[in-house]
Amino acid sequence: MAQMTMIQAITDALRTELKNDENVLVFGEDVGNNGGVFRATEGLQKEFGEVRVFDTPLAESGIGGLAIGLAFTGFRPVMEIQFFGFLYEVIDSVSGQLARMSFRSAGRFNAPVTIRSPFGGGVATPEMHADSLEGLVASQPGLKVVIPSTPYDAKGLLISAIRDDNPVIFLEHMKLYRSFRQEVPEEEYTIPLGKADVKREGKDLSIITYGAMVHESLKAAEELEKEGFSVEVIDLRTIQPMDIETIIASVEKTNRAMVVQEAQKQAGIAANIVAEITERAILSLEAPVLRVTAPDTIYPFAQGENAWLPNAKDIIETAKKVLTF
Amino acid sequence: MAAKKDKQFDPVETLHAIEEKFEMFQILNEEGEIVNKDADPNLSDEELIELMTRMVYTRILDQRSISLNRQGRLGFYAPTAGQEASQLASQFALEKEDFILPGYRDVPQMLFHGLPLSTAFLWSRGHFQGGAIPESVNVFPPQIIIGAQYIQAAGIALGFQKRGTKAVAMTYTGDGGTSQGDFYEGINFAGAYRSPAIFIIQNNQFAISTPREMQTAAKTLAQKGIAAGIPSILVDGMDPLAVYAVTRDARERAINGDGPTLIEALCYRYGPHTMAGDDPTRYRTSETDSEWEKRDPLIRFRTYLEAKGIWNEEKENAVIERAKEEIKEAIKIADAAPKQKVSDFINIMYKGELPYNLQEQLAIYTEKESK
Repeated sequence: MAQMTMIQAITDALRTELKNDENVLVFGEDVGNNGGVFRATEGLQKEFGEVRVFDTPLAESGIGGLAIGLAFTGFRPVMEIQFFGFLYEVIDSVSGQLARMSFRSAGRFNAPVTIRSPFGGGVATPEMHADSLEGLVASQPGLKVVIPSTPYDAKGLLISAIRDDNPVIFLEHMKLYRSFRQEVPEEEYTIPLGKADVKREGKDLSIITYGAMVHESLKAAEELEKEGFSVEVIDLRTIQPMDIETIIASVEKTNRAMVVQEAQKQAGIAANIVAEITERAILSLEAPVLRVTAPDTIYPFAQGENAWLPNAKDIIETAKKVLTF
Repeated sequence: MAAKKDKQFDPVETLHAIEEKFEMFQILNEEGEIVNKDADPNLSDEELIELMTRMVYTRILDQRSISLNRQGRLGFYAPTAGQEASQLASQFALEKEDFILPGYRDVPQMLFHGLPLSTAFLWSRGHFQGGAIPESVNVFPPQIIIGAQYIQAAGIALGFQKRGTKAVAMTYTGDGGTSQGDFYEGINFAGAYRSPAIFIIQNNQFAISTPREMQTAAKTLAQKGIAAGIPSILVDGMDPLAVYAVTRDARERAINGDGPTLIEALCYRYGPHTMAGDDPTRYRTSETDSEWEKRDPLIRFRTYLEAKGIWNEEKENAVIERAKEEIKEAIKIADAAPKQKVSDFINIMYKGELPYNLQEQLAIYTEKESK
């Protein structure tokens, strides 16, 4: 086993699938010779050639169209949107076209396309780079949305995403790219999409979260433990479809829940989780299900972001409200 | 010493020099005479008859579709009369292995590429089986989003190129479609990769109500291909021989590895934009209508074939009768399609296992539907 950062684990997953399946193609802006702006595709063009790992002209919508066409000629495209804030440029290809390929062809065509894209706050990017737009794609039937929080999960989930016969959005939190290393097996393995991971078991409160907020939630849980609270932390890993069974089982055990997301509060993933818990487990609840989210403003990039992003302190504060209700 | 020019640079002249290059290419004029013998694609008599047959068939299909729509027996329909040459002669230049990415008005090309008429009718009605393109037919369902098919065509063409498949991806948009970002991205991507794509603009003069002149300052739409660095041509879209010749030429270039071509076909839609309430009298005059009707592709092709002695009224009537029969038959097949259920919709959402939310909803709807 090797110690890998998340970015290395992602490269490793791409290499694994490029090796496994000759139909896998990796492409996007600057992913070839340059190895991607974060080096996620470092060395892949050299190893697999320019036919399979290639640069595109600078146009996100065109990249989406390319992926659709390549999928129809039997390829398994892994396209990169250089930063997820650029999603707006390619939203028709993603939600208007890819998501409905199977439906509008009554199942003849499918789109085994993986869309990789960096997102997330805390690394001082310019505007339109860090926004958490997962809610936008998770609300589109026909897509799957995956957000890993560790190097190990990133590799196993990305391999699953590439092998999935449906379009999968694979979002990589930039702050997690190089923030820590973890043991990652060099051989291939998969983590099923739609399965959450209980990161920490607890009896008093369930925190349901994903992405970078997993780590803030774990920090908060440690602090809370010192004060005598036993907190369970669930990392969703896949946002759509969610692992509803794991969420409900946890809530039925702890009787208290909260949801933490980096995205703004309005119409988000967290709201959906609260609704699901309410529909399915309201009689198990001893307190309202509260949310920790960013405020409903435009993302304030760089200098402003640390005042804006939710953190362990916010989580502790809200957790206490739920715990003492 | 030569007199110094007032200006050392002249972007206006550059523009004019390029625009002047785009003259409308024609082989068969409005009178049904060959005006460009050297460019005549020399189709065999059988091929000429087949192309005429398809155009007549499509004109009848258009008339019947309009009337079926008015009777409530068809749903969404975008009339095709006036565009038969640009639609059918371009498709006629393709081979079965070539892929067509149609816009919503391009149903006739899909039919002659192998799509059953009953499937097209189901699509018009909004039946989910209308999207069920048979395995052997290389077409996409008609695209609704203007321009999206252009970038997807670039993708299919790149796929053919990577696989070494000797085939092209051909796509259509209208004059309005050339204002979309995806139009530019599509021709630019295919140009950058030198992929085997053919991009057709059916310039029928109006994007719903907006006249061609309002779409762009460009004198021709064909010249937009120059910016992408791809061969581009302006053709008489009501001249089946010219449309066939330029498409065949584009296909040869594509197959030989010389990249994509942009074709602007000048034509006219006689009918409304769609049957959903568009009234062309609000934006065009009957004088303009009759100007274009004089250039009708069927009239000139009929004249040409009759002069050659290979077409007559009897032949045409036989095609008309066959078209009517087949339309009737296709409507019957469409009528027999099963009533649509929500469980059908759920089952075609994903390949493989359904997500939990749809599994639950499938159970609920299957239960409801069993009652």
